[in-house]
Amino acid sequence: MEDILRLIIEKYNYWIYITLMMIGLYAIIAKNNLVKKIVGMNILQTAVILFFVSIGVKRGATVPIIEHAHDGAHHAIRAAEYINPLPHVLMLTAIVVSVATLGVALVIAIKTYQRFLTLEEDEILKQIREP
Amino acid sequence: MKILGLVIVALVGSVLIYATVDFPPFADPESPASLHVSPRYIEKSLDETAVPNVVTAVLADYRSFDTMFETTVIFAAGVACFLLLRIPRRRPPGPRHFRHRLTGLTFRVKDGENGKEIFLPLREFEPVDSVWTPHDFIIEKVCRYMIPFIQLFGLYVIAHGHHSPGGGFQGGVILGAAIILLSVSHNLRTALKRMREKTGALCSALGVFIFAGTGALCLALGYNYLDYRALAALLPGGPIMARSHGMLLVEIGVGVAVMGTMVWIFKNLASLGRYDEGL
Repeated sequence: MEDILRLIIEKYNYWIYITLMMIGLYAIIAKNNLVKKIVGMNILQTAVILFFVSIGVKRGATVPIIEHAHDGAHHAIRAAEYINPLPHVLMLTAIVVSVATLGVALVIAIKTYQRFLTLEEDEILKQIREP
Repeated sequence: MKILGLVIVALVGSVLIYATVDFPPFADPESPASLHVSPRYIEKSLDETAVPNVVTAVLADYRSFDTMFETTVIFAAGVACFLLLRIPRRRPPGPRHFRHRLTGLTFRVKDGENGKEIFLPLREFEPVDSVWTPHDFIIEKVCRYMIPFIQLFGLYVIAHGHHSPGGGFQGGVILGAAIILLSVSHNLRTALKRMREKTGALCSALGVFIFAGTGALCLALGYNYLDYRALAALLPGGPIMARSHGMLLVEIGVGVAVMGTMVWIFKNLASLGRYDEGL
């Protein structure tokens, strides 16, 4: 019983992100509407971003800005006192890039609507097969 | 399809959850990700670059190639939206709508003989979108007074990214959101008057140019590409401060590029590439 509880406490954050990721993946696979697929793609991206940020967390550490913490500018800097900055750097750029790619995805959805007058995937496929 | 999707999702999810058993526990200071490269960054970046914010130091100096090409990706996304959507047509044919400023009444005006435009005194009539758009005095005024402060805060976030959370990406998004807020609270024409289509596109390209140009300047001064120590020849403060200054230059470039691209993409999307009306 104690083992299971410890497992839950240590790993529950990963399970939350996997759940979010699977919601996004399900939307991409099963939803019929193209905009809903794009929303699913964004949920999946958000899950990955949260996963990366949670990797950087260290217990008892603070934000990776040296001056502001533990009077850091005056004595030797110990890495355990600051959270891992690397995942934050990677996700910082990924968030903005995901907004830009979301724009491109929506543009393609708009062009699809202008061409087929629908956003439902099965109707688009039907129109492509029977011109 | 729905059942198949559910089965696939359940399978992938259970495999991933099974894999988490071997993951390091949450918030573990001894996790592999925290032991490999990041201690080097945390312990040395203040001495090597004179920038207290480690995230900025890693973003703009140690991993600046990555950041440069992320900026290029954003620029490419803006260009893609433009090329896919933009329709080079001045004004679609058909009736236009005007609102009488004093009474708030809305008029529908057809074109005159041979498609000639009917003259309306624009001091009393303002053009409105053909789809119904709400005209809310309070929202317009509040946004009008908020936007300068939002832009000021965006500039602060860019300029103070070395010492506090912030930097080019965040500040650029705030600056872009200010213009988008103007467009949402008023209408697209007001936002276009403040920032033309060409300005947005040029900002987007200029930001990437500032970033790549800083790198090329370092190359011209005899160092490696994006090795900001080369800027010590041009700026005061020695090679360590030069790295800090180089980062500031690069962050300004990123901010300009992100602002331009956000506004550019929004205007293309909101008006379906026609730039006449929308939202």
